[in-house]
Amino acid sequence: MRTTDIVIIGGGPAGLAAALAAREAGVSDLLILERGNELGGILNQCIHSGFGLHTFREELTGPEYAARYMDRVLAENIPFRLGAMAVRVTADRRVTYISREEGLETVQARAVVLAMGCRERPRGALSIPGSRPAGIYTAGAAQRLMNIDGYRVGREAVILGSGDIGLIMARRLTLEGARVKLVAELMPYSGGLKRNIVQCLDDFGIPLKLSHTVVDIHGRDRVEAVTVAAVDGQRRPIPGTEERVPCDTLLLSVGLLPENELTREAGAAMCAATGGPVVSDRLETDLPGIFACGNVLHVHDLVDYVSQEAALAGESAAAFVRSGGGETGRRVRVAAGNGVRYTVPQFIGVDRMAEAAVVRFRVTDVFRDVCVRLSLDGRELTRRKKRALAPGEMEQMTVTRSDLAEARADSVLTVELEA
Amino acid sequence: METRELICTGCPLGCPLTVTLEPGGPVVKGHTCPRGEAYGRSEVLDPRRTVTSTAAVIGGRQARVPVKTAGAVPKDRIRDCMEAVRRLRVAAPVGLGDVLLPDCAGSGVALVATKTVERT
Repeated sequence: MRTTDIVIIGGGPAGLAAALAAREAGVSDLLILERGNELGGILNQCIHSGFGLHTFREELTGPEYAARYMDRVLAENIPFRLGAMAVRVTADRRVTYISREEGLETVQARAVVLAMGCRERPRGALSIPGSRPAGIYTAGAAQRLMNIDGYRVGREAVILGSGDIGLIMARRLTLEGARVKLVAELMPYSGGLKRNIVQCLDDFGIPLKLSHTVVDIHGRDRVEAVTVAAVDGQRRPIPGTEERVPCDTLLLSVGLLPENELTREAGAAMCAATGGPVVSDRLETDLPGIFACGNVLHVHDLVDYVSQEAALAGESAAAFVRSGGGETGRRVRVAAGNGVRYTVPQFIGVDRMAEAAVVRFRVTDVFRDVCVRLSLDGRELTRRKKRALAPGEMEQMTVTRSDLAEARADSVLTVELEA
Repeated sequence: METRELICTGCPLGCPLTVTLEPGGPVVKGHTCPRGEAYGRSEVLDPRRTVTSTAAVIGGRQARVPVKTAGAVPKDRIRDCMEAVRRLRVAAPVGLGDVLLPDCAGSGVALVATKTVERT
């Protein structure tokens, strides 16, 4: 069987940054497996600008951001396979993939970085009644059809869900001459970034109807209309509020799901709140030598953070190749406390952690003027004031090694909100 | 005196800005960085946006090449820029950063390719 030091599954922003970091850390024997026909992943269809403000201090489009990493991967001669889909990863780090050139191939890796990304929640997951006409797309599928393949997806659209891709597509459709009637959001707040509401909806006078949903889809061959209704506090449609909105297209921007079939099959412990594997501060799953980063670990709203996180996964994988690993010593659990939906990582290996670890998290609701508090077994370590927090925007706190110096083997580090 | 409440689009933080139109020029409050102040001023004096779209490619490995205006264009010129992009046909190969229109729809801003598309 062929052997490789590190196999990276996925050639999107996470996979590219992980590969580059591993190479920088001195591992030369790498292999990136990419299912699509080019590197760059979802960035290729994200033609709008706003990427890279943190990393490059300039506002790039998705393809430009991807090119910065692809150019370096090419310059570093990091091997990659396109049209190569990983179909199995085992706990002892054998990766099986299929491709036209090689057929079925298995590689024994010393370390694996999972960077498969996420996919969109489809209509079938929503149980919207009605017929099954043409014209219903997930927002990302519509984005691909328009931006890569050059199709026009519709003339009059309703968008369900105010996630960022839905908002971006509202603007894109409008600029291409379609009319976006409204964006309906089930929750009382938007799941997208504020800036996207301003520059994608407000700029074009597209109404955002919060606490509304689509309760029916009309049309036989093609969508002819949808019925939109207000929902109550329990997210149940309120009878009498139904409104029929004529349209030929319905876009769904109703959430992203980390694509973890391979991870589960490998037997990694999973986190229900993120949909991704449970990881340590080094982004190692509970399977030694298997690391995860990017949207397969938890869904991000900024690619800059994906790149940062993936670089850590790449470094950690390189360290594992050099000196072995697996967690030993004190293992502090990171707990999501009051107002916090999840944290990544879920535990910190105190005895071998770096100088500092970043704890990323999302909140459960919209909060104003609160403190984010980090405490170890009830003793406060740090707190930071926040003017506004929203579930759609990932937050982060840093914990240092000295913060955790006195941790016991069963200590708990809690991230929570306080009024 | 007129005041306007804005959300800064400079970065994903989305700071809430209050811009007061003073006789000496707009005064921005609520920003947390220089970009925010600049955004607040320009949003009331001369609102601008970067336009991104895709243009048709002839003889390329891909049917479309993504494009953007090299800088922000006045908001009321967005439609004209989109029309100019719609009329555009680019022959492959196209390189990232290639200027496709030196002055996009008379906006004074160039239109550039944001991706490399090789010939078939």
